[in-house]
Amino acid sequence: MLTIENLNKNFGGLQAVRNCSFEIKEGTITGLIGPNGAGKTTTFSMIAGELAPTSGRIVFEGKDIAGLPTHEMFHRGIVRTFQIPHEFAKMTVLENLMVVPPEQPGERLFANWISRGQVKRREREVRDRAEDALEFLSISHLGDEQAGNLSGGQKKLLELGRTMMTDAKLVLLDEPGAGVNPTLLLKIREMISRLREERDYTFCVIEHDMDLIASLCDPVIVLAEGTVLMQGHMTEVRSNPDVLDAYLGGGEEN
Amino acid sequence: MDQFYGIFLYVISLLTMGGIYAILALGLNIQWGFTGLFNAGIAGFFAIGAYVSAILTTAPSARHLGGFEVPYVVSFLVAMIVSGIIAWGVGKVCLKLRADYLAIATIGIAEIFRLILKNETWATNGPRGVSMIPKPFESLPEPWNQLAFLGLILATVVVIYFLLETARRSPWGRVMTAIRENEKSAMAAGKDIEKFRMEAFVVGCMLMALAGAFIAHYLKFIGPNATDPMTSTFLVWVMLVVGGSANNKGAILGAFLMWTIWSASEILTSRLPDELAIRTAYIRIFLIGLALQIFLQRYPKGIFPEVRPKPERRVNPAETPASR
Repeated sequence: MLTIENLNKNFGGLQAVRNCSFEIKEGTITGLIGPNGAGKTTTFSMIAGELAPTSGRIVFEGKDIAGLPTHEMFHRGIVRTFQIPHEFAKMTVLENLMVVPPEQPGERLFANWISRGQVKRREREVRDRAEDALEFLSISHLGDEQAGNLSGGQKKLLELGRTMMTDAKLVLLDEPGAGVNPTLLLKIREMISRLREERDYTFCVIEHDMDLIASLCDPVIVLAEGTVLMQGHMTEVRSNPDVLDAYLGGGEEN
Repeated sequence: MDQFYGIFLYVISLLTMGGIYAILALGLNIQWGFTGLFNAGIAGFFAIGAYVSAILTTAPSARHLGGFEVPYVVSFLVAMIVSGIIAWGVGKVCLKLRADYLAIATIGIAEIFRLILKNETWATNGPRGVSMIPKPFESLPEPWNQLAFLGLILATVVVIYFLLETARRSPWGRVMTAIRENEKSAMAAGKDIEKFRMEAFVVGCMLMALAGAFIAHYLKFIGPNATDPMTSTFLVWVMLVVGGSANNKGAILGAFLMWTIWSASEILTSRLPDELAIRTAYIRIFLIGLALQIFLQRYPKGIFPEVRPKPERRVNPAETPASR
């Protein structure tokens, strides 16, 4: 589904990602792990179009999409969440979700003045879809709350909810479990599996919680110093001495 | 009786100018209030509107470009379109900049416009400005001409208010708020934020040009002083901030309120002793600054703070509040 070939990203003299190549197969929940500074989030940002790669190819469904802007990636079905929740603080939780669906007629300024009926009809559909997402996340009771007032865990759910507001194909989750209590973590794990089953999403998950990765992800790709160290099932990853070294030894210098 | 008539005319002029400033404040509200674009060059777009409409409607004159004598409707539309096109060009260059850099860039651009208007004498008559600009309804007897002009301004404000309020409550306004709240996340939600910011910038600058056109016809004269950043940029910002950023009612209230204070300060300062009178201009600015402080102490988010529309919830009969 998505193939990354010899991807490089330099920030000045710093090589955040170097000669990185891997593949995300359709229907999988691929884990992306590695010590801090391994280039996981940078890789995500390049796939999501926020950063343009210095060199290399990102092939999605047969087309090289490297360097396209974020909204182009979104329209091709690549959606991301953020490590630190990026909610629209002054908007309600429901509105946070209602922003997302593409091609809303009401997003054209003039349509709101001349074809109000059409705008209203679509608005109701969008609202219903957002309500469905809230129900799925079991936070319907928070719909009218300003998103800025949510707790850290609830914001994480909202991040996940945003990916449900479009017909995504590939969903990139950046640390969905960071700062989340164990009960909620279980719920989030269950939601990710359900979304894969019910909506045919393919996931790529960055996560530091190894239990979450082990129970959710296959295969797991290990990044270290901007390049792929190894990939395989979590059991192989766990027993690989290089991985242990990267986490315990090599990671320190980053 | 004469005294009352004088006060009556003064109130009309107060409301007329307040209305023109309300159009400016509404234009700025689209840019700053809705979208978070820091336009510090309001004066530039205001001046473009004023000069374009003035030149298009005046009789032929050897001192400046003119003699087109088009109807007001056409001159107003052209003024807005010209300003919109220039705003688009400016936006292409500047809108990628972050808020504070955009502010500096727009100040610079407004200065460039001011210098062009001052120095391109063949078109604008330079520092002496364009005079003998026709005024709508001026053939009516006094005070009906003043009243009719006021009516035109107030009707325009009302129409713009309803258009903008609809826009603010629409999915378009929702995207704008999202961009203002979190650019990165709005991008991740698939929004082409450059396109949306451009729309807000262009529409806002078109309204500023409309206000400029109105003032040229109202005063029947326009000179480079109209582009003074103090009265045409700073004062508009004070109006929006005092009235309530992102609130259209607030923008209108702020405009009338601050214009009244600004205008009243002239009456006050004209009674000062001679040695202070030469500093009148500075005292007025000081008073506006003081008023801003007082209002912001009392109303930190403006007199009418932003109220986001809450989308109606889906009614779910199976679920009552008690069951949660």
